[in-house]
Amino acid sequence: MRICIPSKGPEPGDIVDERFGRAPYYLIHDTETGKNESYKNPAAEGMGGVGPRAAQFLLDHDVNVLVTARVGGNALGALKAGGITILLYDAAGSTVMDAINAYTTGGLREQ
Amino acid sequence: MNIAVASGKGGTGKSMVAANLAFSLSVAESVALVDCDVEEPNLHLFFPEDQPEVSPVSILVPDVDPDRCTLCGECARFCAFGALVAARDRVLFFPLHCHSCGGCMVACPAGAIRETLRQIGTVTERSISPNLLLVTGTLNEGEVLGVKVIREAKGRAGAERWVIFDASPGTSCPVVETLEGVDFCILVTESTPFGLHDLALAYDVTLQKGIPSGVVVNRSDGKDEVVHRFCNENNIPVLAVIPFERKIAEIQGSGDLIARRDPAWKDRFCAIGRACRSLMEEGA
Ligand code: SF4
Ligand code: SF4
Repeated sequence: MRICIPSKGPEPGDIVDERFGRAPYYLIHDTETGKNESYKNPAAEGMGGVGPRAAQFLLDHDVNVLVTARVGGNALGALKAGGITILLYDAAGSTVMDAINAYTTGGLREQ
Repeated sequence: MNIAVASGKGGTGKSMVAANLAFSLSVAESVALVDCDVEEPNLHLFFPEDQPEVSPVSILVPDVDPDRCTLCGECARFCAFGALVAARDRVLFFPLHCHSCGGCMVACPAGAIRETLRQIGTVTERSISPNLLLVTGTLNEGEVLGVKVIREAKGRAGAERWVIFDASPGTSCPVVETLEGVDFCILVTESTPFGLHDLALAYDVTLQKGIPSGVVVNRSDGKDEVVHRFCNENNIPVLAVIPFERKIAEIQGSGDLIARRDPAWKDRFCAIGRACRSLMEEGA
């Protein structure tokens, strides 16, 4: 499983970003290898359509699960059509590591 | 001659000025009045309903052929507006994000995208009198490409002696599009400090576009010193001052035009038109 967490910085210790499309970084955690990859969001400062563009980015990076606070209209449709599961994690101020742990523990609600 | 009527904000009586000016000039000469406030067109409310002729305004948007599409995602990565997403089994299209740039078609390596028309608004033409054509651009609810409808509406006028464009309030893209190619801009303002601030913003846009302008002060309470000072300092002619009078307010409140009810106002609006013309000729 490849889990994506939108974040404010590139490290697992950085704070999660609750704005899916506008988050400056995406951290992708691979549950099989336990490795983390981090990417700068190319569309973070875009003019519009950041949600669908972020969805495309996740699809291009073979993400299976998105762990985030909320996802808006068009991006939601795109993620669902792309078979990506959205798990809601809304704990302001927590880190990417916390989010990964919350995913591993289970019990996150699906959007 | 092409004149735009603009104001830095809504509610200054901009449409009232445009409608009265068009009506007054049309008594003797041919006039086209174009409503470029496509999100909330209202000029037709000043004129008795005639036989409107409505035509659609459409833009070209991508249409993906699923048989050819390899789901490679090139189109989606190209689109700067996020209008396309290549999902696992199909390409999703979000029409309201599409700016009709045509780039995805070029980007697709499989030749799977062709262009198709999607309606975003209408242009309505009304013959108010043999001398007065009213063109109204209307953008459909939720659509964003208003400039496209404005361009289309403006294109319907041109053969007339006078063409008057009523811009949307503010100073954003639609206003800039409306000002494109006009000879003169009338800036409508009120005599309040807020009015002055918005007037200054609108005046800046005309400066940037290199369009000569003049000011009409509306709903004046007689204390217009700040506006006059601003106009003096910037060398902007004040074309007219319309007082705040109960009689005028009543006529407008009933949806009528002061120029239609009172020949003196008709003459005053004709004089505004002539002033615009001579100012333009001076500047040229
Ligand atoms: S035409 Fe341009 S804006 Fe529209 S989907 Fe294609 S690339 Fe995006
Ligand atoms: S670029 Fe062409 S082939 Fe690739 S996903 Fe888009 S439509 Fe399909």
